[in-house]
Amino acid sequence: MASRGEALPRPGVRVGPSRGIGDRPSALIGLGFVALAVALVAGVGFGSVAVAPGDTVAILAHRLLGLDLARTWSDAAETIVMELRLPRVLTSMLVGCALAVAGATYQGLLRNPLADPYVLGTASGAALGAAIAVIIPVRFVVLEFGLLHGLAFLGALASIYTVYRLSRVTGLAPLTSLLLTGYAVGSLLAAGLAMAMYLSGAALRQIFIYLLGSFDAATWARLAGAIPIVAIGCIGILLRARSLNGLLLGEQTAMHLGINVRRERAILLGLASLVTAAAVAISGLIGFVGLVVPHVVRLIVGPSARAVLPISAIGGAALLAYADLAARLLGEIPVGVVTAVLGAPFFLLILRRARTGYEL
Amino acid sequence: MSGPIIALDRVTAAYRDRLALRDVSLTIEPGERVALIGPNGAGKSTLLAVVTGLLAVAAGSARLGGELVGGLDRLEVARRIAVVPGAVGLPFATRVEEVIALGRLPHEDPFRGPRPADRAAVAAAIERVGVGHLLGRDARELSLGERQLVLIAMAVAQAAPILILDEPTVHLDLRHQVGAMELLVDLNKRDGTTVIAVLHDLALASHFFPRLVLLDRGRIVADGRPSRVLSEDQVRDVFGVDPSFVRLPVGSG
Repeated sequence: MASRGEALPRPGVRVGPSRGIGDRPSALIGLGFVALAVALVAGVGFGSVAVAPGDTVAILAHRLLGLDLARTWSDAAETIVMELRLPRVLTSMLVGCALAVAGATYQGLLRNPLADPYVLGTASGAALGAAIAVIIPVRFVVLEFGLLHGLAFLGALASIYTVYRLSRVTGLAPLTSLLLTGYAVGSLLAAGLAMAMYLSGAALRQIFIYLLGSFDAATWARLAGAIPIVAIGCIGILLRARSLNGLLLGEQTAMHLGINVRRERAILLGLASLVTAAAVAISGLIGFVGLVVPHVVRLIVGPSARAVLPISAIGGAALLAYADLAARLLGEIPVGVVTAVLGAPFFLLILRRARTGYEL
Repeated sequence: MSGPIIALDRVTAAYRDRLALRDVSLTIEPGERVALIGPNGAGKSTLLAVVTGLLAVAAGSARLGGELVGGLDRLEVARRIAVVPGAVGLPFATRVEEVIALGRLPHEDPFRGPRPADRAAVAAAIERVGVGHLLGRDARELSLGERQLVLIAMAVAQAAPILILDEPTVHLDLRHQVGAMELLVDLNKRDGTTVIAVLHDLALASHFFPRLVLLDRGRIVADGRPSRVLSEDQVRDVFGVDPSFVRLPVGSG
């Protein structure tokens, strides 16, 4: 403020190490990777047949890194680790990463702290698409995968588009409008999923798994099919962190800050739906990961998407790996139950706080 | 750059079916300080929307430094014009310095993020606007006056040759109104920033702006020195009030 400093606040001296949008707290990323490594060993070692942590690490080092170690483990242990548990743990990490990144993207894009693939109905749309793919009798692996992921993506895209458009034409506040529209569309999709189960015949169990959310059916083949989709989607979103930052102050301000809002919104909604669909196609409906993880990350590192996206990716992977471990410890219950028990109270907590302080 | 920095030539613009600007021509030279005044619905904000490319013209042309606004992408416009937003909401807790840093988005590397030059510009803007005492606070918990200063600091960090403000003083008390106006004058005089502000307070406008543009029902009805634009007849005709309500500062214009 120019002159007359008496009446006006003096210019601040404390300008130095101001932490602006875009800093990368690399310590947190390092911590996340440690948590992932622990989750990997614990997740692979634990189960109905326990494999000692030392053996687990040795098997992983032997098979993944090609280290020539003295064999201290049985063939059975190696088969269990490599064919059953490792794909399961890695699938949980991939799905957690995908859901957390999708959640962070929806929240930033829709400027809504309660948005998440589950709450918005996107995941239900993907699950319905995947269920339809399961019913269609195709017995050719590549085509089967393409159909599964393709229909899941279409389902996710159609549902988020519908929810987004409808939420904009209600007379309600944006926060409420989005949630209610997501609820309504999600209910309709759930009915569709129930119909798919009714019609499914032999594929009933597979569709039931979509409804519950589980990594029981994880295989290397399914994992390999989803990895490139999630990787492309997440990298694409990360490269658009600037657009998400621009939207912090609203769409009009974003445009004044050089963001082509219409184009960026379409691309980001598409990428988040792609990532969600790939996750749902291999694991079913697992709620609240996309809600909880970005929210906690934001509390720690601030709202910049440059930090929130990568840290949410790692945090989501770790959270879901531990949640699956907990689900197995509790007697092979569906992991979706664990995340719902964790996430639903969290949702209510954010809802309470969202009423105040929304407008700047 | 020679020639006008902003040139509207016989611009007509509409929202859906409502005509908001009719046949408006306006040129602004680099380094000018211009206040847009007029009653509600006169077309002031629409004029700003046309200048910033948010609203396409239905007829006529709008140019920035000789180039048609419609031919520039958002990034090119953002590097030429910084806009201090009016009503904004923040969905997440955001610290003051994080808000100000958003002003650097048009300049930052889309892949690698902000560079040292961006951080320096943010620090300079904080110093210039005098919001150092607000750093570290959640921007959602500021008073309206403080928040206005933070948004101005964000626009200053954007470092564009044109600064646009839509009713920047609407929530401020008198002291902060004057403070904000002095800051605009300072940015204009020292940095040569072209300042365009929509103002409702005619006294503030005529005291701090050498050129007023008066709009009424989508047309420019007067353009020039405050004493000329705010003649008694004009005030009575356009605002529909007794001119004695509008007491101009002594010696203005």
